[in-house]
Amino acid sequence: MTRTRLLWPALALVALLLLNLIVEPSFFELRLQDGHLFGSLVDILRNGAPTLLIALGMTLVIATRGIDLSVGAVAAIAGAVTCTYIASTGDALTAMALALGVCVVLGLWNGFLVAVLGIQPIIATLVLMTAGRGIAMLLTEGQIVTVDNPLFRQVGAGFLFLPIAILISLAALVAVALVTRRTALGMLIESVGVNPEASRLAGVRSRTIIWTVYVFAALCSGVAGLMISSNVSAADANSAGLWIEMDAILAVVIGGTLLTGGRYSLTGTLLGALTIQTLTTTVYTIGVPPEVTLVFKAGVVIIVCLLQAPRVAPALTRAPQPRQVEEAMAR
Amino acid sequence: MVKKITAALGAVLLAALAACGEGGSGSAGAGGGAGGGGGDDTITMGFAQVGAESGWRTANTKSIQEAAEAAGIELKFSDAQQRQENQIKAIRSYVQQKVDVIAFSPVVETGWDPVLLEAKRANIPVILTDRAIDSEDTSLYKTFLGSDFVEEGKKAGKWLVENTTGPQRVVELQGNTGAAPAIDRKKGFEEEIGARDDIEIVASQPGDFTRAGGKQVMEAFLRSTPNIDVVYAHNDDMGLGAIEAIKAAGKVPGKDIKIITVDAVKAGMEALAKGEINFIVECNPLLGEQLMELAEKVVAGEEVPTRVVTEEGTFTSEQAKAALPDRKY
Repeated sequence: MTRTRLLWPALALVALLLLNLIVEPSFFELRLQDGHLFGSLVDILRNGAPTLLIALGMTLVIATRGIDLSVGAVAAIAGAVTCTYIASTGDALTAMALALGVCVVLGLWNGFLVAVLGIQPIIATLVLMTAGRGIAMLLTEGQIVTVDNPLFRQVGAGFLFLPIAILISLAALVAVALVTRRTALGMLIESVGVNPEASRLAGVRSRTIIWTVYVFAALCSGVAGLMISSNVSAADANSAGLWIEMDAILAVVIGGTLLTGGRYSLTGTLLGALTIQTLTTTVYTIGVPPEVTLVFKAGVVIIVCLLQAPRVAPALTRAPQPRQVEEAMAR
Repeated sequence: MVKKITAALGAVLLAALAACGEGGSGSAGAGGGAGGGGGDDTITMGFAQVGAESGWRTANTKSIQEAAEAAGIELKFSDAQQRQENQIKAIRSYVQQKVDVIAFSPVVETGWDPVLLEAKRANIPVILTDRAIDSEDTSLYKTFLGSDFVEEGKKAGKWLVENTTGPQRVVELQGNTGAAPAIDRKKGFEEEIGARDDIEIVASQPGDFTRAGGKQVMEAFLRSTPNIDVVYAHNDDMGLGAIEAIKAAGKVPGKDIKIITVDAVKAGMEALAKGEINFIVECNPLLGEQLMELAEKVVAGEEVPTRVVTEEGTFTSEQAKAALPDRKY
């Protein structure tokens, strides 16, 4: 079942890459420059790293039947804290640690609203989505804070053969996969998503789990915010991470995780995030006219979602899946 | 038990929120009433800003806020975060609050007629700043104060025509799709480079006036478009993003690829002084004082010209070095 669900996003990604290859034959070209890989594919990985990281946190939140709209604002705050601190002291390490600390606090706040007060996640995180960008603007006094710090630059624009940003995101992905799939944690998260009350009665500490995923999501957003501002060596409180919550949710959904909670797919999220970034790069590479860009993007997204839709997907895969056969036999 | 406590807490929070809401709108209503009633001399201005998308815009905001304070005008300021619907909402609320004058920088050129008609019916004069609107009904606003974007584009194009020889392959980083500066700076630039057949715009995509946008689009251009000679960015911030992308590609900005931008904000001027940008066309954001003067005249019922152009120049690297120490923004 999971395999067919991942089939379509994977195919969409491949199709997009092929489209680029047809329009721009040198698209897959990679070369070494200053000791690191360089090319369009590397750009996709680097620019997609923040979305992937945020989508990773979002996957776990969505698996518990929640949603976190504040991720973009948290990313902006992280960038703002780091850059204003670096601008005044020049100490990048403390600045980043401080920013991530702030993000953990913001995550605790979201988790408190959802897990303890029981406010609906979409409303609880909406508070920080709106207020957070204001906080970031206050920190930067509405200005774009430019910093010139070699260490901080590495996070978003640096390379260790591959872009450091994507290495961080992939490391986080692998870590989450190990922690949730090699232990019972993943199953506990899913059970909370399927039925929080029943899992609580069954002895699962659902409140702690919900709280933890919101803190984790905020931490992911914080690191993503560092990448975004480091990439341009500036904190832009107004536009850093703007609408990235939508991209992240889309990545999770394209990856086959249901918004109603329960079973989630980390590989799916990876595919989803890469698809979204490839889509953006495709627009620039094949030169889609700016006026139709949004329609083009929406078109691709609709096609991918249609292919995955429960009513459409079975009709497209000729060989019936084992579960369908079982169901048919049961009838 | 816990449930009851949380429910009570929630109720208290909600009540507090509601109280805040009432307090906020109440005081705003009172302020508007006093201004609109004409009982006192204080002019109330509602200003709907585009957002804070660039260093230019924040300098513009600051200038307006400072000038309002200096002129003793009560300013109601709103930030639309680059969305037209937010701006329309802000203008509509200013109409309801009966401010004396509304000023705004339209996010995009079209779609303003209904809301401006509401302002007109309420007898509230409207001043456009910085960006124009595309409407056949010119009675909807009193005057338009701002730069001539077509002229800015022309200045950029003219420099390119006069200061280069041989074929030039240009990539263009546009502003937000549909925004007046994006449309006009493109138009003016294209008009001027039409003078030479060997200058060609080979790619053009929106970088939304932000550094991140400029960087990402430029990265894609560097891969998909061979032999780029010139980058023409509709603002400094996108140009600064492009510089990052060009450096990452192992090329030297300003030498291997020439860069022309519009705005002349501080970060842009610093890059120009370093030679990473080759030419900047100024777009002056400090129009606060002019705006307040116009507002006072309009409210007093005096005639004002329908178009007021801000004074602007251009900068080369040498001029930037000389101008930088006195630069306000």
